[in-house]
Amino acid sequence: MLEVSSLKKVYRSGAREVEALRDLTFTVDSGELVCLVGPSGCGKTTLLRCIAGLLEPTGGQVRLDGREVSGPPPGLAMVFQEYGRSLFPWMSVRDNVELPLKQKKITRDRRKTLVEQALDAVGLAGTESAYPWQLSGGMQQRVAIARAVAYEPSTLLMDEPFAAVDAQTRADLEDLVRALWQRLEVTVLFITHDIDEAVYLGQRVVMLSSSPTVVQDEITVDLPSTRDQLHTRADPRFTELRTHVYEQIQAAKRGLQLGGAGASS
Amino acid sequence: MRGLTGLAGLLVLVELLPRLGLVNDAYLPPTSRIAAALGDELVTAEFWQAVGDTLMGWAIGLVIAVAAGVVVGIAVGAVPVLRAATASTIEFLRPIPSVALIPLAVLLYGTDLGSTLLLVVYAAFWQVLVQVLYGVADVDPIADETARSFRFGTWARVRHVLWPTALPYVFTGVRLAASVALVLAVTAELVIGAPGLGKSIAVAQTSGAVPLMYALIAVTGLLGVAINLAARAFERRTLAWHQSVRGEVPA
Amino acid sequence: MKRVAYVLGLPVVLFAAWYLLSAGSESFYAPPLSTILESFGKTWTLDRLGTDVVPSLLRLVAGYALAAVIGVAVGVTIGLNRRVRATVEPVLEFFRAIPPPVLVPVIMLFAGIGNGMKIIVIVFGCVWPVLLNTVEGVRAVDSVQIDTAKAYGISGPARLGRVILPAASPQIAAGLRQALSIAIILMVISEMFAASNGLGFTIVQFQRSFAIPEMWSGIILLGLLGFGLSLLFRLAEGRALRWYHGLRDAQRRS
Repeated sequence: MLEVSSLKKVYRSGAREVEALRDLTFTVDSGELVCLVGPSGCGKTTLLRCIAGLLEPTGGQVRLDGREVSGPPPGLAMVFQEYGRSLFPWMSVRDNVELPLKQKKITRDRRKTLVEQALDAVGLAGTESAYPWQLSGGMQQRVAIARAVAYEPSTLLMDEPFAAVDAQTRADLEDLVRALWQRLEVTVLFITHDIDEAVYLGQRVVMLSSSPTVVQDEITVDLPSTRDQLHTRADPRFTELRTHVYEQIQAAKRGLQLGGAGASS
Repeated sequence: MRGLTGLAGLLVLVELLPRLGLVNDAYLPPTSRIAAALGDELVTAEFWQAVGDTLMGWAIGLVIAVAAGVVVGIAVGAVPVLRAATASTIEFLRPIPSVALIPLAVLLYGTDLGSTLLLVVYAAFWQVLVQVLYGVADVDPIADETARSFRFGTWARVRHVLWPTALPYVFTGVRLAASVALVLAVTAELVIGAPGLGKSIAVAQTSGAVPLMYALIAVTGLLGVAINLAARAFERRTLAWHQSVRGEVPA
Repeated sequence: MKRVAYVLGLPVVLFAAWYLLSAGSESFYAPPLSTILESFGKTWTLDRLGTDVVPSLLRLVAGYALAAVIGVAVGVTIGLNRRVRATVEPVLEFFRAIPPPVLVPVIMLFAGIGNGMKIIVIVFGCVWPVLLNTVEGVRAVDSVQIDTAKAYGISGPARLGRVILPAASPQIAAGLRQALSIAIILMVISEMFAASNGLGFTIVQFQRSFAIPEMWSGIILLGLLGFGLSLLFRLAEGRALRWYHGLRDAQRRS
């Protein structure tokens, strides 16, 4: 379970202060898949770095499975947007997936099994000894997902992971994330700027305001839990939810707070 | 600001090491004595003559090396057959240490400026040539084909496509060559005895004037820093111009 | 076939031209190539290689290896600490700018004229490019790579060995390449100054005694040595940085 309460982050450079996060409170229950959307430049990256323990918040706190985050927490894995920079180009696919496991002092046999299972789960069996840069962008992001999966986290943080891949690959990867989430029963916080993606993937969607950021609105996505690209996106309820999120984001860009719209439950 | 602290720290360290007896002051005199020797030296005509000689060897050698490097580099780089045919020869000649030519320089020129120039030109030439060849190889094939499709002649292609692309590389080459040229100029003076700072250092050493020797070495270091800074500033300005020009043209 | 012609063509032509043009040479300073080659065989016998070339090479290897280890170790320490870096960078730039051969007289004061002096000279001359390039390489490690390492709990020696050093390795290799040519120069210069054996010493002896063909053969040997060492370096670098060259090619194609 991930709890973010009254989170605040102010950047200081010399005498200038920039307030990135003002007052953020939301929770993600264990085993839940929540998507965060917001207008561009809404402090998503700052929020994510605070949750991942890479950045010290100015106020408020982040708790993961009951413990306050004050450095990278052990039960958390992260998938970065910049897959090309997040995978180490000097290591093979196998070594990239295995390195964090070595740090966890997992035995060699167990590591081997985990790496194989993870690569298999993302559909990359057979690429173990390739270098990441020999693969396509979509495949590189699959390697990054495999690295996160093999780490056996309780919580998976995904930072706009598909922003840099083409539309068709993106659809495949979205289905992969849903499948992995259902199978592994992990908590997933998925950050995106794509409204369709947020509604398609999430059980809940949390919308952020422009910077300085607060929670603008929150909806539960009451679509059937088996989703597919063809039927889910054609569902009238999908369109309604989408429209609601879109309106909220537009309002957020103008700095407005819309009253409770019909879609939220 | 912090950098100044570092430099000040070095001066204090060199002052204290011999004063505290940690290092024999016959080998490393304290900063104050080195500074005093430098002060005495700065007012002599011989010192400025030596600085002038070193800079002269450096400048003439650098100009020859840059001119030769650019001309040969463009000629070889622009013609694919020539590039292929000379690659192995360049790869063979480039790593030959220029100091191997010292005996030859002594025989040919004795202790004249010519000795210095031979070493300086040989060492600096390769730095320029290799960078120019990189630059020419970096020409965008689309740009070159565009020029061809508009029936540009060879000269026009060199002038409008090849040269602008290679220019940043040329400046990198000049910057590298400038520091290598100083090293070789001082080396030639030191080892062969051609006039200049290097020779002054050798004289100071043989006459046991240790503080003066350190002072002169510091001067060569400062010259090197000055040349580096000037070359980098020059390069940055030209590169900034280059990038702004590129920025306006949609890729 | 065509490639072989390109690789060997010009060298063969140049060699033949030198051979033919110098064939009847009466010039004292430029003896016929045939004479030089003959003296090459006579001069650089196995005996000679053992007494002059091997000591030179040993000093070169010792000094270069020490400089590499010190340069990388100190460079990583400085590169990881912003304050230290800002403080010492001008001092390092100053030391790098000193033409390395002028260190020979200084180090002779401390270390005399033995092997120790020559190795220290090589270390002192070579350490700066390695050090400064390591500082620069460590400083420029991609922030996403560092964040990834932190997020996955890769810390301490593993972060240094598996992330920071590999990320900086292309830049470190560039420093090592510069250091190699400086090492050869200093090996020769330190022997020209004060030695009783070694390549530099022998070549200067030939020149002073006007043994011109022998001197030329020494110059050729030095050239071959420089070429051979840089070839070895390129092979080692190509192997160690295979990922880097592959990555760059992949980026260029896209």
